[in-house]
Amino acid sequence: MANTLPKVPIVIVGMGWVGGIIAAELTKAGHNVVGLERGKSRSTQDYYHVHDELRYASRYELMQDLSKETVTFRNTEKVRALPMRSYGSFLLGDGLGGAGVHWNGQYYRFLPYDFEIHSKTIERYGKNKIPKEMSIRDWGITYDELESYFVKYEQMSGISGPSELPDNIGKMSIPYATPPMKMSPGMKLFTDASSKLGYHPYIIPSANLSQDYTNPDGIERASCQYCGYCERFGCEYGAKADPVVTVLPVAQKSGKFELRTHANVTGILHDGKKATGVKYVNTLTGQESVQPADIVILAGYVFTNVRLLLLSKLGKPYDPTTDTGAVGRNYAYQVNGASSVAVYEDREFNLAMGAGALGSSLDDFNGDNFDHSDLKFIHGANIRFTQTGLRPIQYQPVLAGTPKWGKDFKQATIHNANRILAVSGQGASMPNRYHYLDLDPEYKDSLGLPLIRMTFDFLDQDRELVKFIAQKTKEIADQMGATKTEIHDTIRQYNIVPYQSTHNTGGTIMGSDPNTSVVNNYLQMWDAENVFICGASNFCHNSGYNPTATVGALAYRAAEGIEKYMKKGGSLV
Amino acid sequence: MAKQPSQQPQDESRRKFLKYSGTAIGGVVVGGVIGGIIGSNMKGGQKEPAAPPSETNTPAVPADRDYNQALMFFSQDQFLTTEAATERIFPQDDLGPGAKELGVAFFIDHQMAGGYGFNSRDYMSPPFYKAEASQGYQLTFKRRELLALGLDALNEYSNEKYKKTYAKMTPEEQDSVLTAFEKDEVNLKGVPASTFFTMLQNLTMEGVYSDPLYGGNKNMEGWRMRNYPGNQMSYTDQIDKEEFIKMEPLSLHDHLQLG
Ligand SMILES: Cc1cc2nc3c(=O)[nH]c(=O)nc-3n(C[C@H](O)[C@H](O)[C@H](O)COP(=O)(O)OP(=O)(O)OC[C@H]3O[C@@H](n4cnc5c(N)ncnc54)[C@H](O)[C@@H]3O)c2cc1C
Ligand code: SF4
Repeated sequence: MANTLPKVPIVIVGMGWVGGIIAAELTKAGHNVVGLERGKSRSTQDYYHVHDELRYASRYELMQDLSKETVTFRNTEKVRALPMRSYGSFLLGDGLGGAGVHWNGQYYRFLPYDFEIHSKTIERYGKNKIPKEMSIRDWGITYDELESYFVKYEQMSGISGPSELPDNIGKMSIPYATPPMKMSPGMKLFTDASSKLGYHPYIIPSANLSQDYTNPDGIERASCQYCGYCERFGCEYGAKADPVVTVLPVAQKSGKFELRTHANVTGILHDGKKATGVKYVNTLTGQESVQPADIVILAGYVFTNVRLLLLSKLGKPYDPTTDTGAVGRNYAYQVNGASSVAVYEDREFNLAMGAGALGSSLDDFNGDNFDHSDLKFIHGANIRFTQTGLRPIQYQPVLAGTPKWGKDFKQATIHNANRILAVSGQGASMPNRYHYLDLDPEYKDSLGLPLIRMTFDFLDQDRELVKFIAQKTKEIADQMGATKTEIHDTIRQYNIVPYQSTHNTGGTIMGSDPNTSVVNNYLQMWDAENVFICGASNFCHNSGYNPTATVGALAYRAAEGIEKYMKKGGSLV
Repeated sequence: MAKQPSQQPQDESRRKFLKYSGTAIGGVVVGGVIGGIIGSNMKGGQKEPAAPPSETNTPAVPADRDYNQALMFFSQDQFLTTEAATERIFPQDDLGPGAKELGVAFFIDHQMAGGYGFNSRDYMSPPFYKAEASQGYQLTFKRRELLALGLDALNEYSNEKYKKTYAKMTPEEQDSVLTAFEKDEVNLKGVPASTFFTMLQNLTMEGVYSDPLYGGNKNMEGWRMRNYPGNQMSYTDQIDKEEFIKMEPLSLHDHLQLG
């Protein structure tokens, strides 16, 4: 039987970046907060033996246990969705810090264009530029309105980046907290080549610290060691900004924060108008508890945020046949696949070395920074060379025509191991009327609750984008002084098997229309004023960038909205 | 708000970690220095083989024996078949050892004995339907079941074609059998031949390149062959260097500081 606990003012579901930021902000302001996290606790000492590719990268030590809960997937409504039985196109966070522990730390503010994509597209190209089923829209907030929240995230996490940035991205009111990362020889080649072509490369802003840093909360962290075990790993130095070494200690220090781990939230309790609390199951004991609360904050990443609303019958579920409702709408992803490799027969690079956010990139073909009049797609991609540290299980490079096993394979992969630099595009993903999240009618989690179902595919927009961006990567690679280059310019249908990125977006989108968006621009739910929902699930589309800068800014915005709501003593803020 | 260090430099085992590497600087981690020192300490220590413990009464272990090595999952026949097949996937050549010498079959045996072999962190609940390729693995077999079936099928197919068990055939014959599995030209009691082959191929490469602690990549020879430095603590001083730097690899064993 469920055990009903004493009421608390604020309960947060999920202790990743979003949950951590909101917990820190609200406890600093003097409010009592309970944080519920389904996974276990973590600290840097867990990572003294983290340089283990098999355990962390191939066996997904830090990620969600799919035997308990996964996602089902189909390309179109015509097909039966089936569970993602093993990883996977994306890797879901679990445990204190969430995916914020095992991310890379590549940090990009979205473009001013992103937040007003619908009006700007019409303004420049006319209504007909937007295909009928492409459901892009303005976000209900502008870049300028978000600017100060980006700054907060940057100062908190110590983002390392260049003091001068190209004109084709959003202006910053305050420079990055620390200087840019070091330049590897590959980055130099990319930078020289693209500058020669008239493009505007810059060192990728990084949440791996370029130098020791003390943030405004007094948190000290050490500089990055370029150790090459970053993406999919925790950082034993605390150099990579993650919630466990930045915001959570601040919440804990306040004395106002109660963290409950192994607490898997299964529903939001409500009376149809407002939430009254949440229920959760202790994953170790099986005990179910009810936690009454004045304010409920969903910070459990895209899939949990949408799933909990649908399971709890809160908000209007999206219906693609009538194009009505909101919860589950505008699921989007990241369009990777455009790339070129530069192969050097005459030299080798130290490619085992690297950091999650080490690299250089340019935005000359991102957003609306170039003319799309004669192109069959909108938006674009950030084009980059990254040096994240290539590890041998995951990286066995062969060029077209090499067998996949045997003597020739062995010789080619060993020969190529340190001779290839890849230039690639991280493409934007536009929403579509028929791409959405809902509850699966058949498959259940280990508690017997329906899994979330994803309906998603790559469309002509994406294939055209990849073809175009790939040509640009080739053009750059050709200038990098390599022996030869090879282009990859084709994507087919979306396939859930190969890893692509954990940049899932949409489902609880923000906006100014209560009928077709889930939250307002303070991330407050239209249909339940004491519920705040935050994360990449608020994105109306995904940009040609990694998401967390914008997720972080939205989390600070939400914290402010919650404070406003409490001050006002109710109603929409 | 008062100045407060993040929890990381304060915790006890971190301090120990730093003490052992001779680098506790007032409780604050000054990354570059520590990384560098740990890295070079380890490397220095590595060159001299560890002295045998001085005060033990245990009789000397014969040099050619490794009592930590035996089978957890495979039968001896399965082991030999695996050894032969993985050696074709990653053969010995003038660059260095192949899968057999690297201990890949032991790696696979150990993996199948544990959670991975049981798909313990995969969603294995029914119902099972025929899938589109884009939906990934949707068969009922656990990895250890698929592997055992596949190894049987390798031998059965070899017997049919060449009247020999897999391990006894010539390398060319072995390659032709693997190719038939890879291309799904084998139809044996519903064994999904190419799925089995891909799994074997992945396991082979994991056995070649994972940390030696898992039973493969013997003496880090897999890493050494491709100049992979294993797990060093820091590359701060090397990351911007133009020249290619070869280093003696380090493994997790080198970082073990117990007691
Ligand atoms: C391998 C990898 C590399 C990445 N690299 C980058 C990068 O370079 N740059 C970038 O911008 N982004 C990157 N990302 C994405 C980044 O990690 C996410 O954007 C970010 O972590 C999202 O924060 P979040 O708080 O919304 O979700 P998360 O960090 O995932 O946190 C959600 C938390 O909620 C918990 N939770 C979920 N459901 C429940 C429930 N029902 N009950 C209780 N708790 C629950 C989870 O266990 C988790 O701890 C990467 C992600 C991955 C996986
Ligand atoms: S690359 Fe840098 S930030 Fe990433 S884990 Fe290594 S030391 Fe930490």
